[in-house]
Amino acid sequence: MSVDLATVKRVARLARIAVNEEDANRMTGELNAILGFVQQLDEVDVTGVEPLTSVIPMALRRREDAITDGAKAEDIVANAPGSEENFFVVPKVIE
Amino acid sequence: MSDLTTLTIAAARDALKNRSISASELTEAYLSAIDAYNTEFNVYVSVTADKARAMAKASDARLAGGKGGALEGIPLGIKDLYATEGDQTQACSHLLDGFKPRYESTVTANLWADGAVQLGKLNMDEFAMGSSNESSYYGVVKNPWRVAGSNANYVPGGSSGGSAAAVSAFLCAGATATDTGGSIRQPAAFTGTVGIKPTYGRCSRWGIVAFASSLDQAGPIARDVRDAAIMLKSMASFDLKDSTSVDLPVPSYEDVMGQSLKGMKVGIPKEYRVEGMPDEIEKLWQQGIAWLKDAGAEIVDISLPHTKYALPAYYIVAPAEASSNLARYDGVRYGLRVPGKDIVEMYENTRAEGFGREVKRRIMIGTYVLSAGYYDAYYLRAQKVRSLIKQDFDQAYAAGVDVILTPATPSAAFKIGDENLNADPVHMYLNDIFTVTVNMAGLPGMSVPAGLSSEGLPLGLQLIGRPFEEETLFKTAAVIEKAAGIFTPKKWW
Repeated sequence: MSVDLATVKRVARLARIAVNEEDANRMTGELNAILGFVQQLDEVDVTGVEPLTSVIPMALRRREDAITDGAKAEDIVANAPGSEENFFVVPKVIE
Repeated sequence: MSDLTTLTIAAARDALKNRSISASELTEAYLSAIDAYNTEFNVYVSVTADKARAMAKASDARLAGGKGGALEGIPLGIKDLYATEGDQTQACSHLLDGFKPRYESTVTANLWADGAVQLGKLNMDEFAMGSSNESSYYGVVKNPWRVAGSNANYVPGGSSGGSAAAVSAFLCAGATATDTGGSIRQPAAFTGTVGIKPTYGRCSRWGIVAFASSLDQAGPIARDVRDAAIMLKSMASFDLKDSTSVDLPVPSYEDVMGQSLKGMKVGIPKEYRVEGMPDEIEKLWQQGIAWLKDAGAEIVDISLPHTKYALPAYYIVAPAEASSNLARYDGVRYGLRVPGKDIVEMYENTRAEGFGREVKRRIMIGTYVLSAGYYDAYYLRAQKVRSLIKQDFDQAYAAGVDVILTPATPSAAFKIGDENLNADPVHMYLNDIFTVTVNMAGLPGMSVPAGLSSEGLPLGLQLIGRPFEEETLFKTAAVIEKAAGIFTPKKWW
């Protein structure tokens, strides 16, 4: 499988990365080189093989359904490029 | 170079305990070495001198009171991927400009609880993506090793290139690092240092900037095997804050140093003999086999038939997980924000300017392979191949193999700015061909220096163990180290 310029632009849009024509052209070549490399996986017979979801066989731990953390609003917004009264400030999203 | 900086962690620990040196003296020795040589190597992206001095002073107070932890007063460098409270933590990315976490990673908290001193944050490939430390926003790191009679500069490997070079150039006593596809073991091999990636789950991932969560593991880079054992003992722990952290006691890895290899079975996988591999790597491998045989181990040929598929499967799984993990960098919560006409354009501009080329490439691949219609063909298939890779190892261990010996890298360090490698991402990815299988299977792996290339650059051997049997790696590495010796770069700086 290979990607064309239009696909690269669509993927860049999905990934929320602005690309100009030059970037998109370069990325098309690079992505196709990588996709060409991973294509050798098609040789492997994976019939009946379960996908690996955890390298160490273990059940996910559960914890008591209780509030154990919180009250850190100031810490959370401390690194934000824009914040007001412990809210993140973003460009207007509703007209 | 002050003499104090040449002490191993073990030697410094003894000197500190018997008060022949103070933690403050030791820290000052490192701070002045960093002051003098950091511009040459570019290993530290920030030096936390005030913090280091305060920590050393506190260590001296504890030592004077006859107290002190396992790493009391030992000055360490911390890879920029680890969140350290109040300090710049940017994963060497422009996108995390100015990020100063309000929390401490579990691994570094463990180190400070044992008395270690933080010298600063170490350079690395951006978001740990790279094999040469050339993708850092803060510039390339120089390998302290050079070819005799030449002043050409070589890469220290990556992504933990700053960690490996700082340890090798005596700019810290030991360093933290992380390994997703070889990022501890490949730079260790390139710099003549010892690096171990423990079993997945052994060290907490909490507070370490995530790259590919099912593969990322923390581990140390140190000057010798014993130092790596001392560091891992402190770094490893069970942590409720990491859901994949494993609740097993942490053994004293140092205690196995010097134990006999008699009765041990060492597997030699034929698939690690790859096309175009230089003769000197094959020779090094044979030398390693001979050393282990001499030490009483039994050598057995084994087959890990899916080895060649590990790297292509990795280049689906790792970018897929990275594209999810790095979705959080949106210009809203931390780091860089580049304005746009609306919020979507703000996201797009921020990420376009904030991420470097390699990171964008991997996000793009990851987004593509996870996008509608391609998930089964790529991601699901890669995860199935991953099961087969793990089964290969399971079968070898079930047949009685205790440890597997392979070369660590297919070559010695290459020159900074290598045009072939930089023009072809896949060519660069091949650096991790021997290390990436270990991450795919979640196993412990260690790189130990074993010799020099014909040009005089260090080469490493890799040991791969059973899950949570890091002790076997330390025991075996100690034998290789005893036979091969310690590798120190000739000081030209």
